[in-house]
Amino acid sequence: MSATDHVELSSSSAAYGPDNPAPVIEPPRARTKRTPRSTRTNFEMYGWLFMRLSGIVLVVLVIGHLLIQLVLDGGVTKVGFAFVAGRWASPFWQTWDLIMLWLAMLHGGNGLRTVINDYAERDNTRFWLKMVLYTATAFTIILGTLVIFTFDPNIR
Amino acid sequence: MSTATLDKVEAEAQASPYITVTFRIRRFNPEISDEATWQDFELEIDPKERVLDGLHKIKWDMDGTLTFRRSCAHGICGSDAMRINGRNRLACKTLIKDINPDKPITVEPIKGLTVLKDLVVDMDPFFQAYRDVMPFLITKGNEPTRERLQSAEDRARFDDTTKCILCAACTSSCPVFWNDGQYFGPAAIVNAHRFIFDSRDEGGEQRLEVLNDKDGVWRCRTTFNCTDACPRGIEVTKAIQEVKRALITRRF
Repeated sequence: MSATDHVELSSSSAAYGPDNPAPVIEPPRARTKRTPRSTRTNFEMYGWLFMRLSGIVLVVLVIGHLLIQLVLDGGVTKVGFAFVAGRWASPFWQTWDLIMLWLAMLHGGNGLRTVINDYAERDNTRFWLKMVLYTATAFTIILGTLVIFTFDPNIR
Repeated sequence: MSTATLDKVEAEAQASPYITVTFRIRRFNPEISDEATWQDFELEIDPKERVLDGLHKIKWDMDGTLTFRRSCAHGICGSDAMRINGRNRLACKTLIKDINPDKPITVEPIKGLTVLKDLVVDMDPFFQAYRDVMPFLITKGNEPTRERLQSAEDRARFDDTTKCILCAACTSSCPVFWNDGQYFGPAAIVNAHRFIFDSRDEGGEQRLEVLNDKDGVWRCRTTFNCTDACPRGIEVTKAIQEVKRALITRRF
């Protein structure tokens, strides 16, 4: 049998026998009687709903944004300080950009949180990856909101 | 004319139904090695027989150390779910002619559970998830003196999910379960669905609460692997979505 031949050749595994079986490969985060601990919140449900609803709104906001910025009226060449200043003079575009910023960051952040939960197997890795993600999301949202509200077209 | 017919009959009788098939089996024996290896077996078999018959032939006539689970061998007990040609199936319900016997047929243990030996996996985490959804009738008040009657429509509501045989083909085909064993997995949700939508049961709220948690239905990515894998043809993904819908309509 080829399996046994292979084993006899390798010195490290030669010691395995009925009294000394090789370690089995455990799947990541296997369920036991004690896990998972119940949290009894609706957070995951609201997260799931938020992803669906914000996704629908973002389709309109982002495609509209891309059309205005990149396609209509001369495309990307027209975008400059004056163009941005002109658009943010109107509360409509301020609101548009503010909603887009918040929804896109939270939508993307929650999506990445899901990916991290799925694929980061070690508890520490998962925790720190999520901390980095939350920090980056919060920073971008705060900075963006600050800029939209305090934007001064006469800045020198 | 008559001789021609006779020749044809004779030719058919002489032509053997047997073909040579290669079984490529994922072997793992912790008493020999810490590594799993592929081993090829060539056997003569009728293509109308099942993969399980091929495994029996190997175990009984070629290599008695081959280890796998099977009980009823007729698709009811759910013991012999395995990954055949890269898809989770029951070895006892898969005909060799249906899975291209010209190429080697790969047989592996199901994924996402600890392999103990060859095709045998540790099913404990799987059954723990099953227990955690309380798969039994929960009622309040006095026990009726006769059967708990139910209309045909009420019975039809959860008919699909009563077919589950707990073979773990769906749960071990789920990419979320592969990476995080804390996820309940499709099989547990299917069996919760069976009681949540049973008009005689009064524990639906408790089960919904269990599945509303962070490792419950919201981790489902609707990849439909479970529906494809189910040997009983249960619409598993649909059942999971129905639980999601029940959770949302209960809250709003």
